[in-house]
Amino acid sequence: MYRKVPQFVETHLEEIIDNWKQRMKDEHGEKFFHIMPEEVIERTSRDFADLVVSSLTEETGLYEEKLHNFSERIVRLGWSITLVMKAIENFSDTLYDLLRKAEILDDSNVAEYFDILNNWIKPLRQEVVEMYAHTWERTVNLQKIALQELSASLIPVFDKISVMPLVGTIDTERAKLIMENLLEGVVRHRAEVVLLDITGVPVVDTMVAHHIIQAADAVRLVGARCMLVGIRPEIAQTIVALGISLEDFTTTSTLQRGMQEALALTNRKIVEVDEH
Amino acid sequence: MGYRSSVDIHTEWDIVAARQLGRNEAKKVGFGTVDQARITTAISELARNIYLYAGAGKIEIERLNENDLFGIAIIASDEGPGIPDVRKVMEDGYSTSGGLGAGMPGVKRLMDDFRVDTEKGKGTKITAVKWLR
Repeated sequence: MYRKVPQFVETHLEEIIDNWKQRMKDEHGEKFFHIMPEEVIERTSRDFADLVVSSLTEETGLYEEKLHNFSERIVRLGWSITLVMKAIENFSDTLYDLLRKAEILDDSNVAEYFDILNNWIKPLRQEVVEMYAHTWERTVNLQKIALQELSASLIPVFDKISVMPLVGTIDTERAKLIMENLLEGVVRHRAEVVLLDITGVPVVDTMVAHHIIQAADAVRLVGARCMLVGIRPEIAQTIVALGISLEDFTTTSTLQRGMQEALALTNRKIVEVDEH
Repeated sequence: MGYRSSVDIHTEWDIVAARQLGRNEAKKVGFGTVDQARITTAISELARNIYLYAGAGKIEIERLNENDLFGIAIIASDEGPGIPDVRKVMEDGYSTSGGLGAGMPGVKRLMDDFRVDTEKGKGTKITAVKWLR
């Protein structure tokens, strides 16, 4: 049995692959073959069959290496995990049907066959799932870092005036980051006025407001003033409805007007230069 | 009963998902930007309460159509500890978590109808409705 199955796979490779393709087509329609170029499918299914053979014939070490490479390549192709799992299942079903038809399998040795099947299909599934999970974790982590880099940067615009543009959703983690960067930046740039621009914040609920108020209080403690700018009309209305008091703040609708006020606060203004 | 969809709340990011769903549904009903902001803010408050106090629960959004009146209902339900004193929670400035204490009374002001069903140890269900004018 342990010799017959791989032998059968090797000699009937074309038939297995054809039947398997047909099965995939029946279940998923033509779209499965539209997403994937013919040659990729051809090569992948051949590699897969080769893997099955080697799982039954070669030493464990070599097989594991092959398995690892195979799943790594599959994941890199970017197919959905559901599809890959289905493909594996269909492959083993196809193989089972053909072995039955060739009368290599009968009721007496079917248990043995499932034993073999378990030995190669289990590690294969596990490896593929692990590889996917690993790739996703990596992607999420990288995106988290990318998001953090975008999160909250304090930009010194003029002497004594800095701006922190906030874009996107503010969660607890980001709120912390905003506070840290704000305070550190104020001290480093010797800012006297900081403009917090919330034009890009989609929703200002009580938690976001709370974080903003706390940040402004902290800024005051290090000897600077915090202005809230970029308050869109609909945000102004929800803030009022929520009953949040921003009386301690200077607030303006746009960054531009905030900047003018900040300049006034530091005894400066923008003048047009007369060339004549 | 109108069309209903829901988001499970387990993490902070689910709050964003609930908000997004609410905004899309509000758009479909025909609310303007100001009311969209009100509805999404209300969802944000209710979802955050679930996340903070109950740990898990769900936000359901239902499009309403009663006697030529169109509207949207937010149903926030959880199986958390319940609210011990609803009257106190509805007071401005009352908070057990060091927040602003504006969430619950704020939601009431943001929406048209507001209803709290809560039982100690069993959970809380809050229904808030906004009508299209």
